[in-house]
Amino acid sequence: MTHYLFYPGCSMESSAKAYYDSLMAVCKPLGLDLQEINDWNCCGATEYVSISLTPAYALIGRNLALAEQQANGSRTVVAPCSACYLNLAKADYYMRERPVLGEKVNTALAAGGLHYDPGSLVIRHLLDVIINDIGLDKVKEKVTRPLTGLRLAPYLGCMAPRPDYDHRWSNPEYPTELDRLLKVLGAEVIDFPLKTHCCGGHMTQIAPSTAFELIRRLVHAADQYHADLMVTLCPMCQMNVDAFQGEMNNHFHTDYHMPILFFTQLIGLAFGIDPKELGFGKELVSAGPALARIGVEAPAGEKGGEPPRKPKKTDGLPMPRMMEEERLP
Amino acid sequence: MTEKIGVYVCHCGTNIAGTVDVAEVRDWAEKRLKGRGVVVARDYKFMCSSLGQELIEKDIKENELTRVVVAACSPHLHEQTFRTACKRGGLNPYLCELVSIREQVSWVHTDQEAATDKAKAVLSGGVERVQHHEPLEPLRVPIHPATLVVGGGIAGIQTALEIADAGKHVYLVERDPSIGGHMAQFDKTFPTLDCSACILTPKMVSAGTHPNITLLTWSEVEKVDGYVGNFVVTIRKKARCVNTELCTGCGICQEKCPKKVIDEIYEAGLGYRKAVYTPFPQAVPKYPVIDKPNCTYFLKGTCKACEKFCPTSAIDFNQEDELITVEVGNIVLATGYDLFDPRRIPHYGYGRLANVFTSLEFERLTNAAGPTNGSIVLRDGKTTPKAVGIVHCVGSRDRNYNNYCSAICCMQSLKFAHLVKERTGATVYNFYIDMRTAAKAYDEFYQRVLEEGTLFVRGRVAEVTDAARLPSEEGKLIIQVEDTLAGKQRRIPVDMVILSAGLQPRFDAKATAKLFGISCSADSWFIEKHPKLDPVATMTEGVFIAGCCAGPKDIPNSVAQGAAAAARVLAHIDEGEIMLEPVRATVIAEKCSGCRICNNLCPFNAILFHEDRMVSEVNAALCQGCGTCVAACPAGAITGTGFSNEQILSQIEGLLMLNIANGRRPVEIAEAVMA
Repeated sequence: MTHYLFYPGCSMESSAKAYYDSLMAVCKPLGLDLQEINDWNCCGATEYVSISLTPAYALIGRNLALAEQQANGSRTVVAPCSACYLNLAKADYYMRERPVLGEKVNTALAAGGLHYDPGSLVIRHLLDVIINDIGLDKVKEKVTRPLTGLRLAPYLGCMAPRPDYDHRWSNPEYPTELDRLLKVLGAEVIDFPLKTHCCGGHMTQIAPSTAFELIRRLVHAADQYHADLMVTLCPMCQMNVDAFQGEMNNHFHTDYHMPILFFTQLIGLAFGIDPKELGFGKELVSAGPALARIGVEAPAGEKGGEPPRKPKKTDGLPMPRMMEEERLP
Repeated sequence: MTEKIGVYVCHCGTNIAGTVDVAEVRDWAEKRLKGRGVVVARDYKFMCSSLGQELIEKDIKENELTRVVVAACSPHLHEQTFRTACKRGGLNPYLCELVSIREQVSWVHTDQEAATDKAKAVLSGGVERVQHHEPLEPLRVPIHPATLVVGGGIAGIQTALEIADAGKHVYLVERDPSIGGHMAQFDKTFPTLDCSACILTPKMVSAGTHPNITLLTWSEVEKVDGYVGNFVVTIRKKARCVNTELCTGCGICQEKCPKKVIDEIYEAGLGYRKAVYTPFPQAVPKYPVIDKPNCTYFLKGTCKACEKFCPTSAIDFNQEDELITVEVGNIVLATGYDLFDPRRIPHYGYGRLANVFTSLEFERLTNAAGPTNGSIVLRDGKTTPKAVGIVHCVGSRDRNYNNYCSAICCMQSLKFAHLVKERTGATVYNFYIDMRTAAKAYDEFYQRVLEEGTLFVRGRVAEVTDAARLPSEEGKLIIQVEDTLAGKQRRIPVDMVILSAGLQPRFDAKATAKLFGISCSADSWFIEKHPKLDPVATMTEGVFIAGCCAGPKDIPNSVAQGAAAAARVLAHIDEGEIMLEPVRATVIAEKCSGCRICNNLCPFNAILFHEDRMVSEVNAALCQGCGTCVAACPAGAITGTGFSNEQILSQIEGLLMLNIANGRRPVEIAEAVMA
């Protein structure tokens, strides 16, 4: 077993539950021992750093400080979410490069009795660990149900490979790690030209039409290459392509059905793990038809890519909720 | 104190005098260093001028000086000047010491008082040191009149021809089966658009038939012993498996050979050759070679088609590599460049997208002797492109790959634009960062290509993709680029993309440099003795460099360097012998423990080990006086002439004990100048 400190990140508990479930399911066969950082907090996602630098780094720094305290044998922090990985790596890098920032962050942390020595931890993405520590040979050994016949578009998004502060990827503009992993699982992997292009990030909230165009490009390219599925390692990318595909179709009057799954789900599938344990069926654009083609019966997505229904507006005032929250322990 | 020392402080205009109070330094030396042997101290506006030098000459004669210390610029610049002045005055030139109060004092400090004190300290060190100098005589070594030229590209050919035409013998060694180098792959040369083969082949033929040139193709230098004037070089002649005495170069073997191989070198991977081949029709020499790893006979033991059909029975499968040894006086390296591999930039699509070509591939496409007989077509071999994008600076001027400018890509890209336009009428886009067309008739060519209607977009290409966003982009290659003049993002659909890949040092340049005892830059380009004033010599006497092995160059520059290197070699040969600096290391045999630590450290391979006596010895002619071995020897058994322990220690003492005026301790001065 290889031991790592584990920073799951918020989305693993909600929108990317399928990622979390499938990761937990493949940990054992991969020989991964993930020790969750106690009392971790949000990494600030993509927004906070652009609003106020020092508090944003302090927010991230708290996680690093907690991880450092807990470091026992391993000094490597693994993050499965691209945004979390990037934020942790970025904070560590800039605290190293700019001692003044490091001091400021540590002054803030000191208020909570914490301290982080920049550079004392190694921040890595889950995919990087699987490829470079566990190795494709080990992965290949465990494959019992090869994904033969499935055409996959590997999609990393922009945040995992760039900026590549510590040179962890084969090429930050065009990394091949995910391609190689999926090939080992027996799938047919297309040379997906948009593999590191942006999914729109939080533009879905601010300027939906911009995000829709970015999502359209991805789905259109995957479709042109006759991919059955897109495979990603980023909860944000997964959500944008999956949850907003219906709205995007409405916006452009198109009719794409391009499912997108997490790479850990496919690892689990190839390892012969029951699809139910791997979070299949949680996706909105169902991967069921694609998986059925290779004889896998996976729980189907329920909503089939329909745009999410907006809650109906009702008359009357909203219920007061403040008191209830205050009562919570 | 028996020595009579003259001290000369230079103003160097205001270079030194602007920061250092030179009069004060002079006065101080005169008074305070009197007890250390200084009999005369002067300051002068420009010591390096003839009047300045005459001051020294006059003092040597009138004051019977036995030592001279000049406080001026770096010894790199004027050590020779003042040594020669001493010689003219009748003093052994090695009894002169030049201390730097410009590069190491006035140029790097602003506090005048502190700088003046530091200048005094530096001068004091020089005065202490010079007392231990000894009169030395330069070493004289005879020069062997033959020359080795490594690399048979245009630079190497030019060097060989110049030397051979002057009546001296040349060994021209080339790794490939034929000389010609990269120039032989091109169709046209910029800016005149004359046919590359037409201007190159006459030179190749001359080199091949010249009575003074021994052509050694399909050969590599394996070992270099000796030193300037007397190199002994071992060359491996790889087995050609063709008897060149019998072969007539008729080409029947190539015709009959059943094995087709992709030609990665001459055809840049775009065409085929046979397993027995001459790389191109005009190859010099005309004899083919058998490519053993691909030959069916060597792989399976049967075939021998070439042997059966050869009319002169020249095929000899049993031929073996041959090692030959030649003696030469000088060596010229003209080993050329490798093309940057654009696969390292995967988002430009080379190797992934069929219709992305490298510049060398495109050269072969346009070449009448190339795989398509000169027609510009897509990878399918038949479709003529309607729109072509040429990307500049691929792997150059890019901090992810190479920081430097590859010098030839702009002109090469303009040439490509012209050829595409002329032969296909396609729309041509050039994507450039800056246009660099700085040589004779280059910018005029740029104007011409502009007028022909080639479109220029200023901006570094972000990516080349086949992922279409719009129906008009379907089936095309789309170039995504920021047009920095219009301030816009552009997507330009084209049929063919040409990547003007940069030039890189040969993959084995570091090993080559080590073999010949010269140095490489961090990029692996060979380093010249002086980038401006001595561009073809190296720090190793008798080893010269020419052409692209020292950095990216176009054909005119490579030829000029080849000729320059030849001139330098001929001057050596003409002199008959060469004078070497007597600053050398020597091993005191009695102290040497035979540990051999120095043997491997010597960057010039100048130390040999006597197995019988278990001692190392420095070859004085090979030694460049760098001092590495002196410092490394655990037994202190090596001394450097001009850098003896006595000299160094007394110089340090001079700096520290300082005879210094106002009682400031060295630490205080150091603190003051650092502040």
